Amino acid sequence: MTGFAKPGALHLAVALLLLAANFLLPEYHHGAMARVLTLAVFALGYNVMFGYTGLLSLGHALFFAAGLYGMGLPMQHLGLDAEPAFFLGIASGALVAAAVGALALRTAGVAFMIVTLMFAQAGYLTILYFLEYTRGDEGFVIAREARFFFGLDLAAPDVRYLSAWLLFTVAMFAVLALVRSPAGRVLVAIRENEERARMLGYDVARYKLGAIVISGALCGAAGAAYGLLFGYVGATFASVQYSILPLLWVLLGGAGTVLGPLLGVTFMFYLIDLSSGITDAYMLIAGAALVILTLFAPAGLLGELRRRALPWLP
Amino acid sequence: MTAPSAAPEPLLSTQGVTRWFGGLCAVDHVDFTLPAGEIRALIGPNGAGKSTFVGLLAGRILPSEGRVRFAGEDVTRLPAHARMARGMAYTFQITSIFANLSLFDNVALAVQRRLAPGQSLGSEVEAALARVGLDDRLDQPAGDLSYGHQRLLEIAMGLAQRPRLLILDEPTQGLSDGEIEGFKALVREVARDATVLLIEHNMDVVMSLADRITVLDMGAVLAEGTPAEIHADPAVQRAYLGG
Repeated sequence: MTGFAKPGALHLAVALLLLAANFLLPEYHHGAMARVLTLAVFALGYNVMFGYTGLLSLGHALFFAAGLYGMGLPMQHLGLDAEPAFFLGIASGALVAAAVGALALRTAGVAFMIVTLMFAQAGYLTILYFLEYTRGDEGFVIAREARFFFGLDLAAPDVRYLSAWLLFTVAMFAVLALVRSPAGRVLVAIRENEERARMLGYDVARYKLGAIVISGALCGAAGAAYGLLFGYVGATFASVQYSILPLLWVLLGGAGTVLGPLLGVTFMFYLIDLSSGITDAYMLIAGAALVILTLFAPAGLLGELRRRALPWLP
Repeated sequence: MTAPSAAPEPLLSTQGVTRWFGGLCAVDHVDFTLPAGEIRALIGPNGAGKSTFVGLLAGRILPSEGRVRFAGEDVTRLPAHARMARGMAYTFQITSIFANLSLFDNVALAVQRRLAPGQSLGSEVEAALARVGLDDRLDQPAGDLSYGHQRLLEIAMGLAQRPRLLILDEPTQGLSDGEIEGFKALVREVARDATVLLIEHNMDVVMSLADRITVLDMGAVLAEGTPAEIHADPAVQRAYLGG
């Protein structure tokens, strides 16, 4: 039995390293990493459901968008302050996830993927339909004056980075605590052998719904934070692309590892960033890199590392 | 019911429990009672409906007709997980463990549900594994164990739940003779605080362990009695020998 010490120390070190990066990174990468950290929260949320519980969803853009619009619409139309709007975004993510989960969990496997995809598409089309309020694809900008969080100007680069860092750090330790708890062990048991988990007396449906709601809350937090930090709310974030991206991030970084999501988002972001500096056909380079990685590290970067060297990695 | 001085209610009972699969009646109006504290063996030729019957008891399969009572409560409509939470434990005929998880995690899953927060999980898990002699491999993935050891792990998971009723579906299948001896000792020890229902093909195991034996054939109870009575029963011999 491994203690809490090693994993705890590792994750603390990662958090401190990212904190130090705020003072060390050049301007461009400083901004990029703020974006990466926010999206990594989205990936963390996806991983709770996919990596740990084994539920493959193709509709997580809906939860991200629920956070984004749950925060953005009341700010835009009701003049709500940023602080309550942020928490409203988290609640929207959790609530939408609970509703989708209650219906989609009647299915499993491929049907579950399709049902979640359809819910997300319905959400996307709903945003486009209420053009008057959402401004559809074009979206709307949240003014800099409105983006003050407890007196801090979220548009200022340092505040923005540190806010994203704080959100990521809280989310990371929350997920770490979850997966190392008895409930987390049950989620993994459901992923590994659902029937056995049921025959050990666990209400599998209830645990799955719980995982979806936690996942939705994390994705909602990521969406709300993204809108607040970068000042833009648009329907692109509800499109199918944003349902596929978290799946790719988690697969690349390592499904069922706590740090995998961060690694996956960083890797993918810089892969596209660097290859687009070389050629216009940057998606070709990105695609080839993804294929190579999938061939040689099917468990993802951290999954592979865990298999080879660090079996205690949570 | 009519006689208040009658024996206490059995731990488990069924009334007219029946299950159809399409046109096939796998379990046909079975009345069955299992008093607390007994080791009962359930035997019968292949296709007699044994696995379907225990599936009905455990809630993996819902009956087409009839009722199941457990620990003084009608559990006919309760899902499997709720029956397990009321004190049943079930080990699978085909070994069903969490192959990618460590032995510790496998048994911890069986233990943690009944622990209050703050109670020490580690010592309970080690004790359960020690009973089957696997406590020196806590961190090993369960899938790396030999088949016989996986069966023992499965039994340890059953024990770790501290069930009132332990249902074992062909537990000795694939075990060596030495392992079977260890298994028999284990079941006798368990039976001191739990009731055991055992589906078993190995007649030596059945005859030496069971207090009573129920014989199923074609989905119905063909005979029931002590090992000696069953051994001498002509109907049972016909069913087994095809006479």
